Order: sequence, then C-alpha cells, then structure tokens
Amino acid sequence: MTEGTPALRLSGIVKTFPGVRALDDVSFDVMPGEVHALLGENGAGKSTLMKVLAGIHQPNEGDIFIEEQKVVMRSPLDAKAKGVVLIHQELSLAEELSAAENIYLGELPTKSFGRVDWATLHEKSGAILERLKCSFGPRTIVGDLSIANMQMVEIARALTVDAKAVIFDEPTASLTDAEKVVLFDIIRDLKARGVGIVYISHRMDEIFTISDRISVLRDGSYRGTLMTAVTNEEEVTKLMIGRSLDLTRNVQPAEMGDVAIAVQGLSCGKMFQDISFEVRTGEVLGFYGLVGAGRTEIAETLFGLRTPSAGQILIDGEVVKINSPMDAIRMGISLVPESRKEQGLVLGMNCKDNMTLPQVGDLTAGPFVSDGAEIAIFDQYRDKLAIKTPGWREKVGNLSGGNQQKIVIGKWLSMRPRVLIVDEPTRGIDVGSKSEIHALIRDLAKQGYAVIVISSEMPEVLQVSDRIVAMFHGRLMRIFSSQEVTEDSLVQAISGLNTDRVA
Amino acid sequence: MATITRSTITNVLAKQGILIAFVLFIIGFGLANSRFLAVDNVLGVIRSSAILGVIALGVTFVVISGNLDLSVGSMMSFSTIVVLDLHDKLGPLMAIPAMFALTMCLGAFIGFLVGYLKLNSLIVTLGMLSAIHGLTLTWSGGKNMDIADKQGTWFGIFGRGDVLGIPVPILFFALLAIVLSILLARTPFGRKVYAVGGNGTAATFSGIPRARIVFLSYVISSFCVACAGLLQASRSLGSQNTVGQGLELEVLAAVILGGASLLGGAGTVFKTVIGVLILGFIQNGLLLVGLAFYVQYVVTWVIIILAVWLDIAAKRGRFLSPIA
Ligand SMILES: Nc1ncnc2c1ncn2[C@@H]1O[C@H](COP(=O)(O)OP(=O)(O)OP(=O)(O)O)[C@@H](O)[C@H]1O
Ligand SMILES: [Mg+2]
Repeated sequence: MTEGTPALRLSGIVKTFPGVRALDDVSFDVMPGEVHALLGENGAGKSTLMKVLAGIHQPNEGDIFIEEQKVVMRSPLDAKAKGVVLIHQELSLAEELSAAENIYLGELPTKSFGRVDWATLHEKSGAILERLKCSFGPRTIVGDLSIANMQMVEIARALTVDAKAVIFDEPTASLTDAEKVVLFDIIRDLKARGVGIVYISHRMDEIFTISDRISVLRDGSYRGTLMTAVTNEEEVTKLMIGRSLDLTRNVQPAEMGDVAIAVQGLSCGKMFQDISFEVRTGEVLGFYGLVGAGRTEIAETLFGLRTPSAGQILIDGEVVKINSPMDAIRMGISLVPESRKEQGLVLGMNCKDNMTLPQVGDLTAGPFVSDGAEIAIFDQYRDKLAIKTPGWREKVGNLSGGNQQKIVIGKWLSMRPRVLIVDEPTRGIDVGSKSEIHALIRDLAKQGYAVIVISSEMPEVLQVSDRIVAMFHGRLMRIFSSQEVTEDSLVQAISGLNTDRVA
Repeated sequence: MATITRSTITNVLAKQGILIAFVLFIIGFGLANSRFLAVDNVLGVIRSSAILGVIALGVTFVVISGNLDLSVGSMMSFSTIVVLDLHDKLGPLMAIPAMFALTMCLGAFIGFLVGYLKLNSLIVTLGMLSAIHGLTLTWSGGKNMDIADKQGTWFGIFGRGDVLGIPVPILFFALLAIVLSILLARTPFGRKVYAVGGNGTAATFSGIPRARIVFLSYVISSFCVACAGLLQASRSLGSQNTVGQGLELEVLAAVILGGASLLGGAGTVFKTVIGVLILGFIQNGLLLVGLAFYVQYVVTWVIIILAVWLDIAAKRGRFLSPIA
C-alpha cells in the first residue's frame, strides 16, 4: 500500500516555539485508503505535526503536498477546503451552540441575505449524527452533552466535507468501548472510500487493530516507520521510548493497615445508591464500570463537591461531614479529576502555579508566597513524573496533552494526602509514563496511602488494584479481590448481568 | 539560541504591545509640543490621573477575578459627599474612618451578591450604579456639599498638599499601587484571584473558596473607591452629587488598556498603572494640541481602540492561529 501517490505528504517540517524545538526535520505521508498511526511519547510533537498539517501552526521550514501538489495551509478552514480535517485532542467546541451549529461552524449553509438555512443545517447534521449512531439530535446544546458525546460532535465535523485526509488526535481518550466500535466502523468506512487517515493514540491495542503503518516520533524527530502486519508491540515501544516495558499484572497484595476511609450506604439522588466500601492504608481500590455508572460522582461526593442524600462517610473510623473541597483537603483527601482542562488546570497559568495551587496558602515565607518552596515542589514532581516542559514559567496551556495530565497528577500527589482518589489518571498518557504512573500508585500504597483508582481501562484496573469494585447504573454490583477477578467476571458485573451482590 | 528570530520579535511585541504604543505616543506628542514633557506638565498629568488611577487599582482585582464593576463612579460620588458631610458633623478625624466603613459596606454588599449569590456582576453593578446614586442624593438632599470652614481645616492635605515637591495624590497613588501590586503578585490571596478568574471550576476543584475570593475583590475595589473619594473631597473641599459620574468606563478603559482580560485571569497592577498613565497623557496631549473637549472624547476612544487592536494584532502574530 506504500506505492502510488500519497494523499498527503509532509517533508522536512521544522517547527519551533520559544524555547522548544517541537519538530525537527520531520517527513510523513499518508496513502489514500490507509490508516497511518502516529506514535510517540507525551510531548514528542504529534499534535504539533498535525496542527501544521491542518493550518493551525505555520511551519518554520518544510513543505506540505496534497496529491503531490505543493500547498500552503493558511488556516483550518483553508485546510478543510483543501480536504484535510483535524479532529482535536482537546475538545474545541462552542458549548452554548447546538450540535448542528458546531458541526458546520464557520460554514453554516445560508439562504439569501446571509440568513442561516436552518432546515438544511439540521437535516445535514442530523444525517451525520445518525451515521455516527449518536443518541442525540442536531438541536442539542453541546454544553449539555457528556464528554464522550462532545467527542462525537467533534468527529462529526470531519464528515461534512469530502475529505482527502482525516486526522484523529487521540479520539478515544474519552469514549466508551461501544462508542469506540462505532468510531472504528467510521474509520473503516472512510478508508474504503479512499480517504487517507492519520490516527494518534497511546493505546497499542487500538493501533494494532486499526492501522496499516506505524510511524514513530521521539523528541520532535522522526524515528522510523513500521508495517503493522509484521511488527509487534515490543518493537514499537522500543522505537518510541528506547527500551521495552515490563507489563506484569499486580497480584502481590501490599501490606495493609487500618481502614482509612469507609463509606456506608452512601446515596446521591439518581447518581448512585446504597454504596458501601472501605479502603485501608496501603491498599489500592479500583473502580471499574462503564461511563455513567456513577464512579465519578462517588469521587466527587467524597471530595465535598456533591452532597449525599443518604449514608455516611467515615475517616479513620469517625463519621465526617465533607461539605467542600476545602474540608476534603483538610481531611487529607486528594482528587485527580476526570477532565484536566475543565477541572484540573488553569490553562493561562504557568506550570508551577498550577501544581502548587491547592497548597499555595501553606507555601509562604511570612505573608508572601515562597518561590523557593514552590519551585522545589515543582522540580521534585517534574522529575518524578518526567514532565516535559521548557521550565516552570511555561504556560500549562502550551504543554502537550499528556504533560498537562502529569501536572494535574503532580498537583495532587504533592499534597501528600492520606486518601488519594484518581479519576482516569492516565488519559492521554504515553505507554512508558503510564506504567511509571502505575508503579507510582503501587508505591504510594506501599508508603501507606489509601488509593482509589477510577478507570474505564480494564488492564489499568487489573494492574494496579488490590480489590476491584464493579459498578453498574449507580449500583455497586460486586467487590472482587485481585486473586479471584477474571476479565470475564468483571465484564459481566459491569453490564449488570451478575446480580449476586457481595459487599 | 542567541539569534533573534522573527518569532522572538513578535513575542516581545505581544507581551509589551501596550508599553510600546505608550512610548511611541509620548515621543510623538513630545516632538509635537515641547511643553508636553516638561516636568510640571508630567506631574500635573499624573496628579490629575491619580483619582482615576486609585480606583483602577481596585477594579483590576475585580476584573482579574472574572467580574466587572460599573458601580465605582457612583460609589465615589457617595464617598465624597459622605466624607464632606461628616467632616462638619463629626470632625475630619472621625469622618474619614466612618466614610471608609460605609463605602466598604457597599462593596461588601456587591461582593455578597456576586460572590455568594452568584448573580451576574454586570447586572448587579449596573443596578448598584443607580441605587448608590439614589443613596447619595438622599444623603445630601440633592444639594451640593461644602465644608463650612475651608481655611480652618487640615482636611485639604490629601488632595492639595505635597511632600518634597511631589503632590500627595501622586504619593498616595504610588504607595497604593505598590501595596496592591505586592498583594496581587506575591501573596496566596493574589494567586487565588488569578485562579478564580482563569478557571473557576478548576479553582473550586483545588479547594479555593471562590465566593470568598470574589467577595474580597469587591471589598478591595470599594476600599480603593473610598481612597479616591477622600482624595477628591480633600482636593475640592466641596462637591456635587455627580462628581464620579462616567468614571466607571474610563476606569475600565484604563484597566483593559493595561492588558487585563475582560474574561478574567490576566492582568497586573503595574500594567493597570501604565493603562492609567496612557489615558491621562492622551487627554493631556490633546488638550495641549488645542482640541475642543468634545473632539477629545472621540479621539480618546479612537486611540484606545487602536491600542487594543495593536495588542491583539501582536498576539495574533505570535499565535498565527485563528482558533487559539
Ligand atoms: N503553542 C505552543 N507554545 C509553546 N510550546 C508548545 C506549543 N504547542 C506545543 N508546544 C510544545 O511542543 C512540544 C510537542 O507538543 P505536542 O503537543 O505536539 O506533543 P504530543 O506528541 O501531541 O504529546 P501528547 O501525547 O502528550 O499529546 C511540547 O514540548 C510542547 O510543550
Ligand atoms: Mg498531543
């Protein structure tokens, strides 16, 4: 499939930002009807390369060719007109507008005098949403949708034109397995129509399911291309991070202490009902379930962001009331939230300020914030989590997606909590760092933290947890120990098939 | 990386766009009129900007926290009238703290509505603009307020005195700017103001009491208004009920000129000071050139819009992106 004219070709691309050489002489191409996966560590330059291709960034050097015709991409709309569509890693939707308006943003169909042709708009966008098997209509306001559904709107945008190439930048980071299946169908459909596809993801299983070729970037330079059919995960990983990974499952229970946090009969309206569990110091409790099963809501209740309608929370055996995140923090609870952009970070602030935000009141010399104390914390967690940034002064919004996530993790680890709750901790994080974060979570437990891990990735839950809570529709279905759990029993429990509840 | 690339130039432009515009403007007017840069003229400009400037310092906190304050002009009328009235009734020593307390109660009330009840700040402060005006008229009975014995009081020192040849209002403005700059840039409270304005949800998730921070930013704003009222009353020793009318927009213009974002999360006290000075020098320059005051209005706003455009254009040069 590598013969013939590429749908799209990049040659010798260089792109620098102040203090960063994000891309250094990178070349890349996509054939019509091919899925070309792009891999690399967090901050390797994948998103930047695709933004160059889609007209968001202008390259310092290098050329872009469409069907071997040299082109200049002046803007995203220009790129779209030339048949190149980018589906962003970070959602970029107008939340107050309807799904239809978002899908055709910047190119709404019009009637005379520039009036919007609503009928056509809703009809066309409705058809696209249907093709994506979406459960919501074109008139839905995007702000009311779940993150996964917003992602679908983002994808729908790409289907409005006859694209020559479609770029997916980590499209599955917040999709459920069912939605993933739909997405893969769409990709295969595009492929069959001869569209070239670039697919960025940190999930190896997806890459091997969907791609034809795999190219690897490292530190902004091109490392090589492998044919998916004749390579394997180990080879790809090695190319990506320069070593192979040890991906063994956790079966060895850590030494456990007293119950750090316990929950009895906790309910919160329709979100979840009658939840009881406990976490000991030294233990990692995993929460597995489908998106919408109520796991995030439980975490938010423990962190004082929601008021329970029934039940109680005990910390060190004492019943406590947690009315606000401030209370939670005071009681030694940390929450790494689900959405880094909305809940985790102030994008306009620098890396250091973001990381120390919850404890800035304590990092003082007299009445003033102590730069030294802050920088010490930042340096410590930058090294511990291998955060790639030109320095603490860099705005968090300029970091790559995975490195932003690491800042959020560092922010809450540096609080040295007694109870650490992490909600989808490795969303958008590369395989190397992922296994390091898993090791870190195990390590924290060993040091006597009580850890709650919420994840929609089964391998992740299996790998880090001592016990696993399976949830379905706001109900706790079963708690497994890591010795007895199997993938099948877990899948059954979270689909509501297994009704014998063991608390 | 010692070579100066185009991107570093646009980068500098983006960060310092307003400052550069300011310098160009000063040079331009300085060449056009030799009096413009004379020491007494410069001091005069800063002195007449001081009242606006003091208010702008406080409004900077409100704007960075992601809100607006359109009540400051009418609130300054209130403090001016109140302190003049109480001057004769209680004596200056008691009148000043009483006026500060009353003004800051108004600020606290606004802060309560916007912070704790989460009402829209535009609506609340627009409503308060009228309400406080009514309050002022009720207090004064609609009459101008004058100090009876203008010769016999020391009350004039704030607005009329000078120390080592520098007018007290300028010292007042400078001192307040330094203190508030430290508060905003160096303390945990200041950091929280930026966080609340930059991303309120993330601030909440970080355990920052959002309502309290917004509340306090309005209290600071009203404190600054009280200071401005004191300067105003002390300078004139008598006042109309409408002395602060229209000030809110000029203040906002100065804060935005300085580079604070109306969306919140960005800006500094130092930049606001620059914004205040730009506005003051523009108006003074136009006066020296001999333009009628109504033409001044038009030209002032054209220049403000140009400056903001330059700022945004420079930022676009850096992010070349129409999206980001
Ligand atoms: N607008 C920007 N300003 C400054 N630096 C930037 C900007 N965008 C990206 N960078 C830097 O360029 C480098 C590459 O970032 P990029 O987002 O392309 O990484 P990525 O491979 O997509 O990583 P991830 O897997 O985490 O999404 C990073 O070091 C990042 O900090
Ligand atoms: Mg990326």
